[in-house]
Amino acid sequence: MRESSYISAHEVAAGVRSGEWSARQVVDEHLAAIEAGDGDIHAFLHVDVDGARASADAVDAQVAVGEDPGPLAGVPVALKDNMCTRGVPTTCSSRILEGWVPPYDATVVERLAAAGAVAVGKTNLDEFAMGSSTENSAFGPTRNPHDTSRVPGGSSGGSAAAVAAGFSPLAFGSDTGGSIRQPAALCGVVGLKPTYGRVSRYGLIAFASSLDQIGPFSRTVADAALALQVIGGPDPRDATSAPQAQPDYLASLGDGVEGLRVGVVSELLAMEGVAPEVAAQARAAADALAAAGAKVEEVSVPAVTYGLSAYYLIAPAEASSNLARFDGVRYGLRVDAATTDEMMVATRTQGFGAEVKRRIMLGTYALSAGYYDAFYGQAQRVRTLITRDFAAAYEKVDVLLSPTSPTTAFALGDKTADPLTMYLNDVCTIPSNLSGDPAVSVPFGTGADGLPIGVQVLAPALGEVAMLRTAQTLEAAAP
Amino acid sequence: MAFGGRKGPAYDAAMADRITRDDVALVARLARLELTDEELGTFTGQLQAVLGHATDVEALDLSGVPPTAHPLPLGNVLRPDVEGPTLDRAEVLASAPQVEDDRFRVPTILGEAP
Repeated sequence: MRESSYISAHEVAAGVRSGEWSARQVVDEHLAAIEAGDGDIHAFLHVDVDGARASADAVDAQVAVGEDPGPLAGVPVALKDNMCTRGVPTTCSSRILEGWVPPYDATVVERLAAAGAVAVGKTNLDEFAMGSSTENSAFGPTRNPHDTSRVPGGSSGGSAAAVAAGFSPLAFGSDTGGSIRQPAALCGVVGLKPTYGRVSRYGLIAFASSLDQIGPFSRTVADAALALQVIGGPDPRDATSAPQAQPDYLASLGDGVEGLRVGVVSELLAMEGVAPEVAAQARAAADALAAAGAKVEEVSVPAVTYGLSAYYLIAPAEASSNLARFDGVRYGLRVDAATTDEMMVATRTQGFGAEVKRRIMLGTYALSAGYYDAFYGQAQRVRTLITRDFAAAYEKVDVLLSPTSPTTAFALGDKTADPLTMYLNDVCTIPSNLSGDPAVSVPFGTGADGLPIGVQVLAPALGEVAMLRTAQTLEAAAP
Repeated sequence: MAFGGRKGPAYDAAMADRITRDDVALVARLARLELTDEELGTFTGQLQAVLGHATDVEALDLSGVPPTAHPLPLGNVLRPDVEGPTLDRAEVLASAPQVEDDRFRVPTILGEAP
């Protein structure tokens, strides 16, 4: 890992805007770090050297004529490979999209470019964002920069690893059940899932449309706030984007937590599989907030204990519908056969990996007549319970606190044999996706193995301001 | 459709244990996936395990609770009726597996020769 590339997005943008550094110099340094280090990590599926240099040169040309390239001037960014990038391959780590080149940019990609950011490449993920270790990629796993025998978490493992390894100050991922926060925790970086609808999903290849949300990875809370400011806000091209304008996340970031009411979620401390050392760090984080002036209490959010079961009915149900579009007709892989129906079967059978097939079948089953009410309908009612219980908790407190991932990074191959064991990684992160509320993971201490532990700050819908202030207080107090 | 000939009550706490090899084979066919015998066995066991975990949800009495399909309280969302750019046809077709006369070409359907 190269220390020289560990500069923040804030520092890069300030240096480039003032003319102190050239965007080209910054991007070349990060491309060199990728070249030197990504052979071991495999954070990237595609590094767009020429495109990145051209974008950086365009930023420098703007500075040269006295124009402001924007708040992310010259900041190298990495994009999870389920976000469409016009002219740059987008695979979702699946054979079924191999060879496809999107004819349009995702809104997030457009907004980053308009803010002066320089996209350096596309990062590895579990196929179609289904997984918690990035081992489900058709193109090989990503490794944790802190220990390459361990997983980086997932599904946005490539983006988390890129930021942890110093390949870019910012990366972007998607979070359907914890796919930003869990890898952020395992890689020791900040990972933020905004309120559902805060960030446009236009151009994000859908996994579970009522749960998916794009968000940033960064090495500082301030950088996460800056990144969210750039990518968030209403988008006419996403009918499910929240109509509310964004507040200024940075304005009150340093205000601390004096008087803020913080609730530690008792059920999530005691959740199945949560390691004692992880629960202990969440408690230590609560103490740190109390020391900083917050009013801390333990609160109960009973329905979160049903989150995992409800999620593994709802998300596969939505996925089975969304992934019906991959049929060999319009894009990506086609396996030839005599009839169209046989071609579709052959293409999907060869193109999808085991985890994707598993979830498609689970979802198809959960949605089928005779079972719809018992599985999908029941899960949707649990979703209501979880939302109600969170709302009740937020009548007493302003933000909630919990562990992010039950354990530190586990070894590659440790959990691949049993899908349910892998699913349990998301037990603390899933409830926020079901309720649609924002949550952020902040590094807070390390485990006995020396690997990072993350603590999760949760807030009510559109409550990112208080959430970020709390996160920054934890960042400052982290051991 | 019903699986294994069981239409039965919509709510049955034990049904998760009973997803059979035949059920999985039918689901795979519906989802346009072909499974080997070995895969069929593996997936059946794995789906039983996941659905087994979901028995906690099945067992809840939620008769008075409305379902949530979506976290945002949005109704119909309409865009202003103004013309805007659309995707470039040539660029879209350039990534298609097979193209003819500006259209996506597919193999035979309905058993007729192309």
